[in-house]
Amino acid sequence: MIAVLDYGVGNLQSVEKALGAAGAEVRRVTEPGEIDRAAAIVVPGVGHFRATAVLGLEWRTALRAFAAGGGPLLGICLGMQWFFEGSEEAPELEGLGLFAGRCARLAAPRVPHVGWNSLEPRGDSRLLDGIAPGSQVYFTHSFAAPITDTCIAATEYGSPFASLSARGNVAGAQFHPEKSGDVGLRFLRNFVSTIPRS
Amino acid sequence: MLSRRLIACLDVRDGSVVKGVRFEQLRHAGDPAALARRYNDEGADEIVVLDVSATIEGRRALADTIRAVAREVFIPLAVGGGIRGRSDAVAVFDAGADKVCVNTAAVEDPSLITALAERYGSQAVVVAIDAKRSRAGLTTGPSSGFEAVVRSGREPTGRDAVEWAREAVERGAGELLVTSMDRDGTREGFDCDLTAAVAEAVPIPVIASGGAGQPEHFADVFTLGRADAALAASIFHYSERSLADLKTFLGSRGIPVRQHPWR
Repeated sequence: MIAVLDYGVGNLQSVEKALGAAGAEVRRVTEPGEIDRAAAIVVPGVGHFRATAVLGLEWRTALRAFAAGGGPLLGICLGMQWFFEGSEEAPELEGLGLFAGRCARLAAPRVPHVGWNSLEPRGDSRLLDGIAPGSQVYFTHSFAAPITDTCIAATEYGSPFASLSARGNVAGAQFHPEKSGDVGLRFLRNFVSTIPRS
Repeated sequence: MLSRRLIACLDVRDGSVVKGVRFEQLRHAGDPAALARRYNDEGADEIVVLDVSATIEGRRALADTIRAVAREVFIPLAVGGGIRGRSDAVAVFDAGADKVCVNTAAVEDPSLITALAERYGSQAVVVAIDAKRSRAGLTTGPSSGFEAVVRSGREPTGRDAVEWAREAVERGAGELLVTSMDRDGTREGFDCDLTAAVAEAVPIPVIASGGAGQPEHFADVFTLGRADAALAASIFHYSERSLADLKTFLGSRGIPVRQHPWR
Protein backbone atom coordinates (compact mmCIF):
# COMPACT_ATOMS: atom_id res chain seq x y z
CA MET A 1 0.00 0.00 0.00
CA ILE A 2 1.22 3.49 -0.89
CA ALA A 3 0.33 6.18 1.61
CA VAL A 4 -0.55 9.52 0.03
CA LEU A 5 -0.04 12.26 2.55
CA ASP A 6 -3.05 14.55 2.90
CA TYR A 7 -2.08 17.85 4.50
CA GLY A 8 -4.79 19.95 2.95
CA VAL A 9 -3.23 21.02 -0.34
CA GLY A 10 -3.53 19.95 -3.92
CA ASN A 11 -5.62 17.73 -6.07
CA LEU A 12 -5.10 14.44 -4.24
CA GLN A 13 -7.66 12.62 -6.37
CA SER A 14 -5.52 12.93 -9.47
CA VAL A 15 -2.44 11.65 -7.65
CA GLU A 16 -4.38 8.68 -6.24
CA LYS A 17 -5.97 7.93 -9.61
CA ALA A 18 -2.63 8.00 -11.42
CA LEU A 19 -0.91 5.81 -8.80
CA GLY A 20 -3.85 3.42 -9.16
CA ALA A 21 -3.36 3.38 -12.93
CA ALA A 22 0.33 2.65 -12.27
CA GLY A 23 -0.72 -0.48 -10.43
CA ALA A 24 -0.54 0.65 -6.82
CA GLU A 25 -2.97 0.29 -3.98
CA VAL A 26 -3.35 3.73 -2.44
CA ARG A 27 -4.48 5.07 0.91
CA ARG A 28 -4.83 8.67 1.98
CA VAL A 29 -3.23 9.37 5.37
CA THR A 30 -3.68 12.38 7.62
CA GLU A 31 -1.79 11.24 10.75
CA PRO A 32 1.86 10.17 11.13
CA GLY A 33 0.73 7.02 12.95
CA GLU A 34 -1.04 5.82 9.81
CA ILE A 35 2.14 5.28 7.79
CA ASP A 36 3.26 2.27 9.84
CA ARG A 37 1.85 -0.18 7.33
CA ALA A 38 2.83 1.78 4.22
CA ALA A 39 5.21 0.20 1.71
CA ALA A 40 5.89 3.61 0.17
CA ILE A 41 4.89 7.21 0.80
CA VAL A 42 3.99 9.99 -1.61
CA VAL A 43 4.01 13.61 -0.47
CA PRO A 44 2.05 15.60 -3.08
CA GLY A 45 1.15 19.26 -2.98
CA VAL A 46 0.86 22.46 -4.93
CA GLY A 47 0.75 26.04 -3.78
CA HIS A 48 2.70 28.14 -1.30
CA PHE A 49 5.63 26.71 0.69
CA ARG A 50 3.87 28.00 3.81
CA ALA A 51 1.36 25.16 3.38
CA THR A 52 4.07 22.75 4.56
CA ALA A 53 4.06 24.44 7.98
CA VAL A 54 1.34 22.00 9.12
CA LEU A 55 3.82 19.15 8.71
CA GLY A 56 5.24 19.46 12.21
CA LEU A 57 7.77 17.57 14.27
CA GLU A 58 5.80 14.33 14.38
CA TRP A 59 5.53 14.14 10.61
CA ARG A 60 9.18 15.09 10.18
CA THR A 61 10.32 12.40 12.60
CA ALA A 62 8.08 9.75 11.02
CA LEU A 63 9.13 10.54 7.44
CA ARG A 64 12.84 10.75 8.30
CA ALA A 65 12.59 7.36 10.03
CA PHE A 66 10.72 5.91 7.06
CA ALA A 67 13.36 7.20 4.65
CA ALA A 68 16.22 6.02 6.87
CA GLY A 69 14.63 2.56 6.97
CA GLY A 70 14.84 2.36 3.17
CA GLY A 71 11.16 3.00 2.41
CA PRO A 72 10.52 4.54 -1.02
CA LEU A 73 9.51 8.17 -0.59
CA LEU A 74 8.36 10.42 -3.44
CA GLY A 75 7.69 14.14 -3.22
CA ILE A 76 5.73 15.88 -5.97
CA CYS A 77 6.00 19.61 -6.68
CA LEU A 78 5.62 21.34 -3.29
CA GLY A 79 6.23 17.97 -1.59
CA MET A 80 9.54 17.72 -3.42
CA GLN A 81 10.51 21.29 -2.52
CA TRP A 82 9.83 20.46 1.11
CA PHE A 83 12.37 17.58 0.88
CA PHE A 84 15.08 20.25 0.40
CA GLU A 85 16.39 22.43 3.24
CA GLY A 86 13.94 25.23 2.62
CA SER A 87 12.64 27.72 0.09
CA GLU A 88 12.99 31.41 -0.63
CA GLU A 89 9.18 31.44 -0.77
CA ALA A 90 8.93 31.10 3.02
CA PRO A 91 12.47 31.55 4.39
CA GLU A 92 11.29 31.25 7.98
CA LEU A 93 10.26 27.61 7.45
CA GLU A 94 12.56 24.64 7.44
CA GLY A 95 12.30 21.89 4.90
CA LEU A 96 12.87 18.23 5.69
CA GLY A 97 16.51 18.41 4.56
CA LEU A 98 16.58 15.05 2.77
CA PHE A 99 18.20 16.84 -0.16
CA ALA A 100 20.87 19.53 0.22
CA GLY A 101 20.15 23.04 -0.99
CA ARG A 102 17.31 25.53 -0.95
CA CYS A 103 14.61 26.24 -3.53
CA ALA A 104 14.64 29.65 -5.21
CA ARG A 105 12.30 31.70 -7.36
CA LEU A 106 12.54 30.92 -11.06
CA ALA A 107 14.59 33.49 -12.96
CA ALA A 108 12.38 33.84 -16.04
CA PRO A 109 10.33 36.66 -17.54
CA ARG A 110 7.06 34.76 -17.25
CA VAL A 111 6.38 33.12 -13.88
CA PRO A 112 4.71 30.74 -12.97
CA HIS A 113 6.25 28.22 -15.32
CA VAL A 114 3.12 26.53 -16.64
CA GLY A 115 3.00 23.82 -19.26
CA TRP A 116 4.92 20.97 -20.82
CA ASN A 117 8.69 21.07 -20.75
CA SER A 118 11.42 18.52 -21.35
CA LEU A 119 13.35 16.30 -18.97
CA GLU A 120 17.09 16.20 -19.64
CA PRO A 121 18.68 13.33 -17.73
CA ARG A 122 21.75 14.13 -15.65
CA GLY A 123 22.17 10.85 -13.87
CA ASP A 124 21.10 7.24 -13.82
CA SER A 125 17.91 6.25 -12.10
CA ARG A 126 15.40 3.44 -12.43
CA LEU A 127 12.78 6.17 -12.22
CA LEU A 128 13.70 7.16 -15.80
CA ASP A 129 13.45 3.65 -17.25
CA GLY A 130 11.70 3.80 -20.61
CA ILE A 131 11.55 7.59 -20.59
CA ALA A 132 13.51 9.04 -23.51
CA PRO A 133 15.69 12.12 -22.97
CA GLY A 134 13.69 15.21 -23.89
CA SER A 135 10.34 13.64 -22.97
CA GLN A 136 7.86 16.29 -21.95
CA VAL A 137 6.09 16.52 -18.62
CA TYR A 138 3.70 19.03 -17.06
CA PHE A 139 4.91 21.78 -14.73
CA THR A 140 3.18 24.50 -12.76
CA HIS A 141 5.38 26.30 -10.23
CA SER A 142 7.16 29.56 -9.39
CA PHE A 143 10.01 28.19 -7.26
CA ALA A 144 12.44 25.43 -8.12
CA ALA A 145 15.17 23.23 -6.67
CA PRO A 146 18.86 23.78 -7.33
CA ILE A 147 20.97 21.44 -9.44
CA THR A 148 23.21 19.51 -7.06
CA ASP A 149 24.64 15.98 -7.05
CA THR A 150 21.15 14.59 -6.35
CA CYS A 151 19.80 15.97 -9.64
CA ILE A 152 18.67 13.13 -11.92
CA ALA A 153 16.99 15.26 -14.57
CA ALA A 154 17.08 18.98 -15.27
CA THR A 155 14.70 21.27 -17.11
CA GLU A 156 15.38 24.66 -18.63
CA TYR A 157 13.13 27.63 -17.95
CA GLY A 158 15.04 30.90 -17.83
CA SER A 159 17.85 28.83 -16.37
CA PRO A 160 18.15 25.11 -15.61
CA PHE A 161 16.67 23.69 -12.43
CA ALA A 162 16.37 20.20 -10.92
CA SER A 163 13.12 18.71 -12.22
CA LEU A 164 13.89 15.29 -10.72
CA SER A 165 16.09 14.66 -7.72
CA ALA A 166 16.86 11.32 -6.12
CA ARG A 167 19.15 9.84 -3.53
CA GLY A 168 18.77 6.21 -2.64
CA ASN A 169 15.13 5.52 -1.85
CA VAL A 170 14.13 9.21 -1.73
CA ALA A 171 12.94 10.97 -4.89
CA GLY A 172 11.35 14.30 -5.71
CA ALA A 173 9.72 15.50 -8.92
CA GLN A 174 9.02 19.15 -9.65
CA PHE A 175 6.71 18.11 -12.48
CA HIS A 176 3.32 16.53 -11.95
CA PRO A 177 3.55 12.90 -13.06
CA GLU A 178 -0.18 12.53 -12.43
CA LYS A 179 -0.82 15.21 -15.07
CA SER A 180 1.91 14.24 -17.53
CA GLY A 181 0.09 11.73 -19.70
CA ASP A 182 1.85 8.50 -20.66
CA VAL A 183 5.30 9.73 -19.60
CA GLY A 184 3.98 10.56 -16.14
CA LEU A 185 2.31 7.17 -15.79
CA ARG A 186 5.52 5.43 -16.82
CA PHE A 187 7.40 7.43 -14.17
CA LEU A 188 4.90 6.39 -11.52
CA ARG A 189 5.09 2.74 -12.62
CA ASN A 190 8.86 3.00 -12.26
CA PHE A 191 8.41 4.38 -8.74
CA VAL A 192 5.94 1.63 -7.86
CA SER A 193 8.45 -0.94 -9.11
CA THR A 194 11.03 0.26 -6.55
CA ILE A 195 8.77 -0.84 -3.70
CA PRO A 196 10.21 -3.95 -2.08
CA ARG A 197 7.82 -6.90 -2.14
CA SER A 198 6.87 -8.00 1.32
CA MET B 1 12.14 24.33 -23.92
CA LEU B 2 8.64 25.13 -22.75
CA SER B 3 6.08 24.02 -25.33
CA ARG B 4 3.20 26.13 -26.52
CA ARG B 5 0.04 24.42 -25.37
CA LEU B 6 -2.98 23.40 -27.41
CA ILE B 7 -6.02 23.31 -25.19
CA ALA B 8 -9.17 21.48 -26.25
CA CYS B 9 -12.38 23.03 -25.00
CA LEU B 10 -15.57 21.05 -24.40
CA ASP B 11 -18.72 23.14 -24.25
CA VAL B 12 -21.02 21.14 -22.03
CA ARG B 13 -24.71 21.63 -21.40
CA ASP B 14 -26.68 19.41 -19.04
CA GLY B 15 -23.92 16.85 -19.16
CA SER B 16 -23.48 16.68 -22.96
CA VAL B 17 -21.05 18.32 -25.36
CA VAL B 18 -23.01 20.83 -27.41
CA LYS B 19 -20.74 22.49 -29.93
CA GLY B 20 -19.35 21.16 -33.16
CA VAL B 21 -20.13 17.57 -32.38
CA ARG B 22 -19.11 15.31 -35.26
CA PHE B 23 -17.75 12.10 -33.88
CA GLU B 24 -19.31 9.23 -35.70
CA GLN B 25 -16.55 6.97 -34.45
CA LEU B 26 -17.44 7.59 -30.83
CA ARG B 27 -19.85 5.20 -29.22
CA HIS B 28 -21.50 7.94 -27.21
CA ALA B 29 -21.45 11.03 -29.38
CA GLY B 30 -21.49 14.11 -27.23
CA ASP B 31 -20.27 12.26 -24.15
CA PRO B 32 -17.72 14.62 -22.54
CA ALA B 33 -15.62 11.82 -21.06
CA ALA B 34 -15.34 9.98 -24.39
CA LEU B 35 -14.44 13.18 -26.22
CA ALA B 36 -11.90 14.19 -23.55
CA ARG B 37 -10.33 10.76 -23.90
CA ARG B 38 -10.09 11.22 -27.66
CA TYR B 39 -8.44 14.63 -27.30
CA ASN B 40 -6.06 13.21 -24.71
CA ASP B 41 -5.07 10.42 -27.11
CA GLU B 42 -4.65 12.85 -30.01
CA GLY B 43 -2.20 14.93 -28.01
CA ALA B 44 -4.17 17.77 -26.43
CA ASP B 45 -2.02 19.40 -23.76
CA GLU B 46 -4.91 20.31 -21.54
CA ILE B 47 -8.69 20.02 -21.39
CA VAL B 48 -11.13 22.80 -20.53
CA VAL B 49 -14.71 21.94 -19.67
CA LEU B 50 -16.90 24.98 -20.15
CA ASP B 51 -20.35 24.62 -18.63
CA VAL B 52 -23.00 26.44 -20.62
CA SER B 53 -26.00 24.97 -18.79
CA ALA B 54 -28.79 27.40 -18.29
CA THR B 55 -30.69 25.49 -15.63
CA ILE B 56 -30.02 24.46 -12.05
CA GLU B 57 -30.48 20.80 -13.04
CA GLY B 58 -27.86 21.26 -15.73
CA ARG B 59 -25.46 22.81 -13.24
CA ARG B 60 -25.90 19.87 -10.92
CA ALA B 61 -24.75 17.57 -13.70
CA LEU B 62 -21.43 19.46 -13.91
CA ALA B 63 -19.80 17.71 -10.95
CA ASP B 64 -20.62 14.32 -12.49
CA THR B 65 -19.21 15.48 -15.82
CA ILE B 66 -15.97 16.65 -14.19
CA ARG B 67 -15.60 13.36 -12.33
CA ALA B 68 -16.17 11.37 -15.52
CA VAL B 69 -13.70 13.46 -17.52
CA ALA B 70 -11.08 13.38 -14.73
CA ARG B 71 -11.27 9.58 -14.73
CA GLU B 72 -10.39 9.48 -18.43
CA VAL B 73 -7.45 11.84 -18.73
CA PHE B 74 -4.04 12.25 -17.10
CA ILE B 75 -3.48 15.80 -18.30
CA PRO B 76 -4.51 19.09 -16.66
CA LEU B 77 -8.23 19.76 -16.46
CA ALA B 78 -9.69 23.24 -16.08
CA VAL B 79 -13.37 23.99 -15.56
CA GLY B 80 -15.25 27.21 -16.15
CA GLY B 81 -18.62 28.68 -16.98
CA GLY B 82 -21.09 29.82 -14.39
CA ILE B 83 -18.68 29.88 -11.46
CA ARG B 84 -20.61 32.40 -9.39
CA GLY B 85 -18.55 32.34 -6.25
CA ARG B 86 -16.44 30.43 -3.83
CA SER B 87 -18.79 27.51 -3.27
CA ASP B 88 -19.13 26.81 -7.02
CA ALA B 89 -15.33 26.79 -7.28
CA VAL B 90 -14.99 24.45 -4.30
CA ALA B 91 -17.45 22.02 -5.90
CA VAL B 92 -15.44 22.06 -9.13
CA PHE B 93 -12.16 21.32 -7.33
CA ASP B 94 -13.78 18.63 -5.20
CA ALA B 95 -14.97 16.91 -8.37
CA GLY B 96 -11.38 16.67 -9.62
CA ALA B 97 -10.57 19.85 -11.57
CA ASP B 98 -7.01 21.16 -11.40
CA LYS B 99 -7.94 24.72 -12.27
CA VAL B 100 -11.03 26.86 -12.19
CA CYS B 101 -11.83 29.63 -14.68
CA VAL B 102 -13.62 32.64 -13.25
CA ASN B 103 -15.02 35.45 -15.34
CA THR B 104 -18.10 37.53 -14.46
CA ALA B 105 -17.92 36.70 -10.76
CA ALA B 106 -14.31 37.93 -10.64
CA VAL B 107 -15.21 41.22 -12.33
CA GLU B 108 -18.04 41.76 -9.86
CA ASP B 109 -15.96 40.75 -6.86
CA PRO B 110 -12.22 40.67 -7.59
CA SER B 111 -11.49 39.47 -4.04
CA LEU B 112 -12.77 36.07 -5.23
CA ILE B 113 -9.49 35.68 -7.17
CA THR B 114 -7.44 36.25 -4.03
CA ALA B 115 -9.61 33.96 -1.91
CA LEU B 116 -9.28 31.11 -4.39
CA ALA B 117 -5.53 31.69 -4.89
CA GLU B 118 -4.96 31.58 -1.14
CA ARG B 119 -6.93 28.37 -0.77
CA TYR B 120 -5.81 26.46 -3.89
CA GLY B 121 -2.71 28.31 -5.07
CA SER B 122 -2.44 30.74 -7.97
CA GLN B 123 -1.69 27.90 -10.38
CA ALA B 124 -5.28 26.75 -9.90
CA VAL B 125 -6.89 30.10 -10.70
CA VAL B 126 -7.45 31.09 -14.32
CA VAL B 127 -9.11 34.44 -14.84
CA ALA B 128 -11.11 34.42 -18.06
CA ILE B 129 -11.36 37.81 -19.74
CA ASP B 130 -13.79 38.33 -22.60
CA ALA B 131 -12.79 41.40 -24.60
CA LYS B 132 -14.23 43.44 -27.43
CA ARG B 133 -12.57 46.03 -29.62
CA SER B 134 -13.80 49.51 -28.78
CA ARG B 135 -15.81 51.16 -31.52
CA ALA B 136 -13.69 53.25 -33.86
CA GLY B 137 -13.85 57.00 -33.54
CA LEU B 138 -14.47 57.12 -29.80
CA THR B 139 -12.10 59.46 -28.02
CA THR B 140 -12.94 58.12 -24.58
CA GLY B 141 -12.97 54.56 -23.37
CA PRO B 142 -10.35 51.90 -22.81
CA SER B 143 -6.90 53.17 -23.73
CA SER B 144 -5.75 49.77 -25.01
CA GLY B 145 -8.66 49.71 -27.44
CA PHE B 146 -10.14 46.59 -25.83
CA GLU B 147 -13.00 46.58 -23.38
CA ALA B 148 -13.79 43.79 -20.94
CA VAL B 149 -17.31 42.39 -21.32
CA VAL B 150 -19.19 39.97 -19.08
CA ARG B 151 -22.23 37.68 -19.10
CA SER B 152 -21.12 35.80 -22.21
CA GLY B 153 -20.30 39.05 -23.96
CA ARG B 154 -23.71 40.62 -23.50
CA GLU B 155 -22.72 43.23 -20.94
CA PRO B 156 -19.94 45.81 -21.38
CA THR B 157 -18.06 46.72 -18.20
CA GLY B 158 -16.54 50.01 -19.34
CA ARG B 159 -13.20 48.62 -18.14
CA ASP B 160 -10.05 48.42 -20.18
CA ALA B 161 -9.40 44.70 -20.73
CA VAL B 162 -5.63 45.10 -20.39
CA GLU B 163 -5.96 47.10 -17.20
CA TRP B 164 -8.31 44.43 -15.81
CA ALA B 165 -5.75 41.79 -16.77
CA ARG B 166 -3.12 43.61 -14.70
CA GLU B 167 -5.43 43.79 -11.71
CA ALA B 168 -6.33 40.09 -12.00
CA VAL B 169 -2.63 39.24 -11.81
CA GLU B 170 -2.09 41.47 -8.79
CA ARG B 171 -4.98 39.74 -7.07
CA GLY B 172 -3.50 36.30 -7.59
CA ALA B 173 -4.45 34.91 -11.01
CA GLY B 174 -2.07 32.20 -12.23
CA GLU B 175 -3.09 32.33 -15.90
CA LEU B 176 -5.32 34.45 -18.11
CA LEU B 177 -7.73 33.03 -20.66
CA VAL B 178 -8.33 35.86 -23.10
CA THR B 179 -11.26 35.49 -25.50
CA SER B 180 -11.92 37.85 -28.36
CA MET B 181 -15.69 38.30 -28.57
CA ASP B 182 -15.21 39.86 -32.01
CA ARG B 183 -13.60 36.68 -33.33
CA ASP B 184 -15.36 34.00 -31.28
CA GLY B 185 -17.12 31.59 -33.62
CA THR B 186 -15.93 33.38 -36.78
CA ARG B 187 -13.00 31.05 -37.64
CA GLU B 188 -11.22 34.14 -39.00
CA GLY B 189 -8.25 33.77 -36.69
CA PHE B 190 -7.35 34.81 -33.16
CA ASP B 191 -7.20 38.52 -32.34
CA CYS B 192 -3.42 38.68 -32.11
CA ASP B 193 -3.42 42.39 -31.20
CA LEU B 194 -5.51 41.59 -28.14
CA THR B 195 -3.42 38.68 -26.89
CA ALA B 196 -0.16 40.54 -27.56
CA ALA B 197 -1.42 43.60 -25.66
CA VAL B 198 -2.31 41.43 -22.66
CA ALA B 199 0.86 39.30 -22.84
CA GLU B 200 3.02 42.42 -22.87
CA ALA B 201 1.21 43.82 -19.85
CA VAL B 202 1.36 40.79 -17.55
CA PRO B 203 4.10 38.41 -16.36
CA ILE B 204 1.92 35.25 -16.31
CA PRO B 205 0.87 32.82 -19.08
CA VAL B 206 -1.80 33.99 -21.52
CA ILE B 207 -4.18 31.56 -23.22
CA ALA B 208 -5.68 32.85 -26.47
CA SER B 209 -9.23 31.97 -27.40
CA GLY B 210 -11.77 32.85 -30.07
CA GLY B 211 -11.47 32.65 -33.82
CA ALA B 212 -9.40 29.54 -34.53
CA GLY B 213 -10.19 28.31 -38.03
CA GLN B 214 -7.03 26.89 -39.55
CA PRO B 215 -3.48 25.86 -38.59
CA GLU B 216 -2.03 29.20 -39.72
CA HIS B 217 -4.08 30.96 -37.05
CA PHE B 218 -2.31 29.03 -34.31
CA ALA B 219 1.11 29.85 -35.75
CA ASP B 220 0.10 33.53 -35.81
CA VAL B 221 -1.16 33.65 -32.24
CA PHE B 222 1.99 31.95 -30.91
CA THR B 223 4.25 34.42 -32.75
CA LEU B 224 2.51 37.76 -33.45
CA GLY B 225 0.02 37.21 -30.63
CA ARG B 226 2.70 36.16 -28.10
CA ALA B 227 0.30 33.63 -26.55
CA ASP B 228 1.60 30.82 -24.37
CA ALA B 229 -1.35 28.58 -25.15
CA ALA B 230 -4.28 28.51 -27.54
CA LEU B 231 -7.73 27.17 -26.90
CA ALA B 232 -10.21 25.94 -29.46
CA ALA B 233 -13.27 23.74 -29.66
CA SER B 234 -14.77 23.06 -33.04
CA ILE B 235 -11.58 23.12 -35.13
CA PHE B 236 -10.38 20.00 -33.34
CA HIS B 237 -13.46 18.12 -34.57
CA TYR B 238 -12.75 18.52 -38.28
CA SER B 239 -10.78 15.38 -38.83
CA GLU B 240 -9.63 12.46 -36.84
CA ARG B 241 -6.02 13.58 -36.78
CA SER B 242 -6.48 17.33 -36.60
CA LEU B 243 -4.74 17.90 -33.27
CA ALA B 244 -1.76 15.74 -34.15
CA ASP B 245 -1.55 17.28 -37.63
CA LEU B 246 -1.72 20.76 -36.16
CA LYS B 247 1.21 19.95 -33.88
CA THR B 248 3.23 18.64 -36.80
CA PHE B 249 2.46 21.83 -38.72
CA LEU B 250 3.47 24.06 -35.79
CA GLY B 251 6.65 22.05 -35.30
CA SER B 252 7.54 22.61 -38.95
CA ARG B 253 7.19 26.35 -38.31
CA GLY B 254 9.73 26.17 -35.50
CA ILE B 255 7.12 26.56 -32.77
CA PRO B 256 7.88 24.27 -29.82
CA VAL B 257 5.03 21.83 -29.18
CA ARG B 258 4.77 18.60 -27.24
CA GLN B 259 4.91 15.61 -29.53
CA HIS B 260 3.55 12.30 -28.47
CA PRO B 261 6.33 10.21 -26.95
CA TRP B 262 5.44 6.78 -28.32
CA ARG B 263 3.45 7.44 -31.42
